[in-house]
Formats: sequence, structure tokens, C-alpha cells
Amino acid sequence: MSNFPLEAHDLTVAYDRRPVIYGVDVQVPEGKLIGILGPNGAGKSTLIKAVMGIVPKSGGWVKVFGKPFERNAARVGYVPQRESVDWDFPVNVMDVVLMGRYGKLGLTGRLSSSDRDAAADALEKVGMLPFAKRQISNLSGGQQQRVFLARALAQESDLYLMDEPFVGVDAATEAAIIELLRELKSRGKTILAVHHDLPTAQTYFDMLLLLNMRLVAFGPTEEVFTQELLQKTYGGRLTILAEVADQRVQRK
Amino acid sequence: MTAFFEYVARNVVRRLGSFVGLALAPCRSAGKRCRIGLPRRGASAGPTKLVESASVTWAEAPRYVVGLALALLVVSSARAAKIGDLESLDFGEQFARFFTLQDEIVRLALLGSVFLGVSCGLLGSFIVVRKLSLFGDTLSHAVLPGVAIGYLVSGYKDPVAIFVGATLAGLLGTVLVQLIKKTTHIKEDSSLGMVLAGFYGLGVVLMNRIQAMPTGTQSGLDKFLFGQVAALSSVEVWMMGGVALASILLVTVFYRQFLLGSFDVGFARGLGLPTGLFHYLLMLLLAFTVVVSLQAVGAVLVSAMLVIPAASAYLLTDRMHRMLIIASVFGVLSGSLGAFLSFFGNSLPTGPLMVLASSFVFCLCFFLSPRHGLFSRWRKRKTRDHRILNENTLKAIYHVREERGFVGEGVGLSQLAERMGETAEEAKRRVRELVSAGLCDIQESGAKSEALLNPDGWLRACAVIRNHRLWELYLTNQAAYEPDHVHDDAEVIEHVLGEDTVRRLERLLDYPSQDPHGKLIPSLADLQRSLVKTPSPEPPSGYRMPGS
Repeated sequence: MSNFPLEAHDLTVAYDRRPVIYGVDVQVPEGKLIGILGPNGAGKSTLIKAVMGIVPKSGGWVKVFGKPFERNAARVGYVPQRESVDWDFPVNVMDVVLMGRYGKLGLTGRLSSSDRDAAADALEKVGMLPFAKRQISNLSGGQQQRVFLARALAQESDLYLMDEPFVGVDAATEAAIIELLRELKSRGKTILAVHHDLPTAQTYFDMLLLLNMRLVAFGPTEEVFTQELLQKTYGGRLTILAEVADQRVQRK
Repeated sequence: MTAFFEYVARNVVRRLGSFVGLALAPCRSAGKRCRIGLPRRGASAGPTKLVESASVTWAEAPRYVVGLALALLVVSSARAAKIGDLESLDFGEQFARFFTLQDEIVRLALLGSVFLGVSCGLLGSFIVVRKLSLFGDTLSHAVLPGVAIGYLVSGYKDPVAIFVGATLAGLLGTVLVQLIKKTTHIKEDSSLGMVLAGFYGLGVVLMNRIQAMPTGTQSGLDKFLFGQVAALSSVEVWMMGGVALASILLVTVFYRQFLLGSFDVGFARGLGLPTGLFHYLLMLLLAFTVVVSLQAVGAVLVSAMLVIPAASAYLLTDRMHRMLIIASVFGVLSGSLGAFLSFFGNSLPTGPLMVLASSFVFCLCFFLSPRHGLFSRWRKRKTRDHRILNENTLKAIYHVREERGFVGEGVGLSQLAERMGETAEEAKRRVRELVSAGLCDIQESGAKSEALLNPDGWLRACAVIRNHRLWELYLTNQAAYEPDHVHDDAEVIEHVLGEDTVRRLERLLDYPSQDPHGKLIPSLADLQRSLVKTPSPEPPSGYRMPGS
């Protein structure tokens, strides 16, 4: 059996019994830059959260490099949505990036100088090293996103899951991020990023995963980015799925 | 930063000492009512009268601070005195007596307050950054019926039975909150409020029943409402010590897990950390802290001791580990001060006094914190206003020189006053401000005095004018403003425009030399020209009218 960076079989997730994604099957090949596209409420964030066990699965299984996520957590880097944290929290930029190293430390390990070097390297790559001592609330949106990216880089993983890394960032940051993702890809890393903007999706990603509760399509960008498939993803045909999901909740 | 913190700590301690001196002055003059020691115990060998010594003044306050520091360092070996016997002591002696730990009961109380301060500071910091203050409040009120039930089951004020009962009641309360939240669409704040009030009501009813029982009046349960450190038994103090020690150990060992779990729980799970485990560990520590603190601060106000020292520390620092340390120090400070005031004020309930003391610390932080304090903000604004005033004077001098084609360097003060629309005295005062800022000289020749900008001053004047005119040009050219709409905005922007933005504006506007009103935008070359005192031939304008 081959070890895909990410493999999901019949993955189903429900919040309070309301299904958000239904039976997704996907085998993600190595060394690709993949965009996850879909309308609001399509379950894009839920998909990557379910992979990492941040939200519980209600059916199916997920494997990361051939093993359950828990046993390969160290090989997965994560960039959560920027709004998911309180930016007034009393930590500075360096503290946040060092959090990327926590997974390697075990329960009571201490941060070593090599951890600090790795964090400094990651900050350097996103151009945020001069801000290392800055409290995180004194950063612009684009800078905050770079800090999250640096934290994921500090994880030194093989598979990266990114939840809307381009939301609320300036054009310069967007260009810097995509450059960085391509560099990661060239080193054989696999990246899945939730994305919102259709026109740029076509140029940014090697492969696209179209999601609207169901997996609509997954394949190379030139094959998937078609009028028909996009219509199927963003058009109205799948709304019955959402209605049925609502009915399940009401019958509870 | 460290130096400042030392400074603040020193100030806080000194001011607290003085504050206590003032606050209790009336009490001191009442003389005989002021005694250390609570509760009065048994018969005594006769009252020991003490000679009234000199009253405390502000100047003497540092002496007591030194006493406090010494007392905290050196555990006094003096034998326990029968403190109930002392009938009159002045404030200073009481203070010294309290903090030199001469009396057993004081030792227990102070030790208890220190433990309380440490564990409340540590747990409270996490409560504050996780926005769980209301949760802490609910937990502390929900333990009250458990206290009463613990008493009823054991038949007396058994610390262990009360500890178990209170912990169970607290956990039951939090489970109920979660249950209401999960099964209904009532939001968390409402369910927290309901559980808080419901459990507290039940607790008060049960306590009233116990008080009405034949043995009830001696129960001492009333102390659980508002706290009384003097009623702490050694078992209770050691339980507080145990919880404080456990908090220190666990927070130190699992600092990273607690930090990440508080900041970004999704990422923590993505790392494969057992976030649920650490969350419940923290909640359990919180419950223990609340329960063992009950006797000292009381159920009503224990959550304030969690929140206030931590919130004060949050104003002083931007790093979590420092916040933990500062919050603990504040907790210990306000805890022991509250305990002292309680002894001094003749068995006043401790909880409110501790909360008052910590609120006082908070007020100091609120006003004096270097980054977030009102005082520092006020000072920053003042220096900024001062700078703007100076820059406006520089601008006026520039304008006067511009009007006469930059001939001659000195600007008469009368001309300047006319230009600024101020009186001659005001103009002179403003120029003197420039002189003291090292930007200008005053040249007196007979009755006439002239302002003479030095190179620094001239550079600054040019920079401000340049900001103003570049911004006006940008607004008209790029943002399609009408030329007569732009002046007011530029008046504000000219003082805040950064070097980078100015460079970008220059590039965007293709290095213009004239503003929308046809006036020269000074460049570095203009600065040179001014020093050779020759009016310059105007270079061709880089300025384009909108639409041209």
C-alpha cells in the first residue's frame, strides 16, 4: 500500500448531528500545491480540521503518510485561520513561532538553542525576523499571517494544512506567501490551502479540490478548473444536501 | 524593563504603606479600640499597656517597608504572644508586630495570604487571558452549598469534609453550565449567571439553617462568605500551601502546554497535544484554589482575587511568564495587606479588604503602567502636542521667509506674531520654546529681536512644509480632491507622516517641486540654497493639475 501524504476514505463530519462534509474520498499525491475551493459553508476548514482531529469525525478514516494522524502528527504543519486566536494575548512574535517546536519536545522537554535557531530561520524566511520581539497585537494583518506561516515552517513538517492563508493580507504578503509555498513544494513538501479567490486559484495551485459538502472534483488544475465543475461546486444543485442536513437537526 | 518594574514595585510598596497610614489615621486616634489579634481567646494574665509612641507620618512610611521586607525574609523566632491582651498599640507598632510575625495566629494568617496570593495570581492569569473571568466567578459561588453540606456531614467545621464538599459542588456547577449550554440554545453567559445565583442562593439558605441549629452559632460558617484569615486553622493553611505548591509545580513543568492551550487550542491539537487533559488539569487547579481560599477571602470575592492581580499584571507586561510572576507578587502583596488591615481593623472581614488592596494596586497600574497606563498616554500626548506646536512655529518662520523670497535669515518677532495671528508675547514665548529645543536662536539688535533658525531648525521646518505640500499634491493629483479641500487634512498629516511614506509619495508624484497652490516644495537643495542666502530660480514644476 502506498503512503499518500494524506488519504481520506468516506470521511464524514457533523457538528451537533448536522453533517458538514459527507463521505469524502481523496488521495493526495506528494509534492503538490493544492487549493481547496468551495462556497461558504462547504466544509473547507472542517475538512482540514477533521484530518488533524481538531473536530471529531463521525464516519470514515484519515491516514497521514499511511498512519493515523495521532502517530504522524509531527509530520503535519498547520496554519489556522487568523481570526481563531486573540491577538492581544501576552506573547511576542518569537513566542508564537516557537510554539511550532512544541510538538517535537515531548511532555516536559525544554526549548533548546536549536529550536530558537529554527524559529529564527522561519521568521527570516517570511521576512519577520526584525519583528521577533514585537507583541503580536502591534502587527498588521499581513504580518500576523506571516507569523502563523513562520510557526508552521518551524514545525519542519512534510504536509502543510493552511486555513485561508491569503485572507486579509496585503498584495505584497500574498506574493511572498505563494513564493514560499512554491519553495516548499520544490523541496518535496505537500501543501493544502483553503482558498477563496477563483481567478488566482488557477495560477497558484497545481491541483484543486472542489468541495461543497461532497467532494465535487479533485485533480490537476487544468482539468478541474472548468466552467462545468465550478458551476457544480458554486451553483445551486447541491443545496438539497444542506436542506436535508437541516432537517436532521430539526428531527432531533 | 526590569529597572522600571523594580521602580514600580518600590513605589507600590511605599505608597501602599503610606496609604495604610492615612487610611487608618482615624482608627489610630481612637486609640484603645485598635488591637492586633482576633479572635479574643480565653482568659489572660492581665492587659499589657503600651506607651503610645509617635504617630506615623508619610516620611516614616519607608521605615515600615524595610520592616516588611525584613520580616518576610527572616521568620521571627519570638514566642507567640497572647495578642488578644494588647489593648492599645499605635499603627506603626501594630504594623511591625504583624509583619515580624510575633504571633502564631498572625503567622498562620500571613502564610495563608501568601499561599492564596500565589495560587490566585497563577491561576488568575490564565483565567484572564482565556476570558474565563465569569467562569471563575460562577465556580466560586457554586462551592458554597458544598461548604454547608460538608459541615452537615462531618458535624463540625472539618476542613477536609468542607474541601471535598466544596470541590464537588463547584464541579457540579460547572457541569451544569456545560449541560445547559449543550442541550438548549441559552448562551454561556446566561447559564453561568443562573448557576452562580442558584448555587449561591442554596448555599445561603443552607448556612442560615445551620446557624439556626443549636450548635450552629459557633459553626464559623459565616466566615466563608466574606473570609476571615484570623480564623484559619493550621490544617487549612497547609492545604492552601499544598495547592499553591501544586500550582507552581504544574504551571512550571507544563508551562508550554498551558500557554499554547490558552492561546491557540486548534494548533495545540494539530500538534497532537492532549489539550483536553491540560484544560481539565487547569480547571481542577482552579477549583482547588477557589476552595482552599474560601476561608481567607470568602466565596463572594474569591474570583476578584483571581482576576484583579492578574489584570493588573496584564497592564504591565506583554509576556505570559512575566504576567504569571507579577500577578503572583501582586496577589501576595494585596493578600497580606488585606490580612493586616483585617487584624488592625478589629476583625473586619478579610475578603473585602484584600480586594480593596488589590484594586488599589490595579489603580496604580492603570495610571502608571508604562505602555497601557493613563499617565504614560497622557505624557505621550503632551510631548506630541508640544512637538506639533513647535513644528507650527517653524512653519510660520518658513512662511515669513518664503513671502520675502528667502532673502535674509532672521525673522522679526513682530512679523512672526502677525503671521501666526498671535500677540508679540505669545510669539516670543513660542520662539523661546524652539530655542530650548535647540532649533533656533534669538538675535537681539536694539529694540528689535529676530528669530534665527539654525541648520537643524531649518531642516525640520523644510521637512514639515514638504510633508504638508506633498500630501496636498497627493490628495489633488491621486485622490481627486479639489485643491481648496486639502489644507485642513494636510495640517494634521504633516506632523505624522513617516519617512517611508514621504519617499513613496515623492516617487508616486514624480519628485514634484510645486504644491497645488503653486508654492515651492522644499527639497534638500532648497536647504542648501537657504544657507547661501540667495533666492533661487524656480525649477520647472513636476506638478500636474488633475485631468491635464
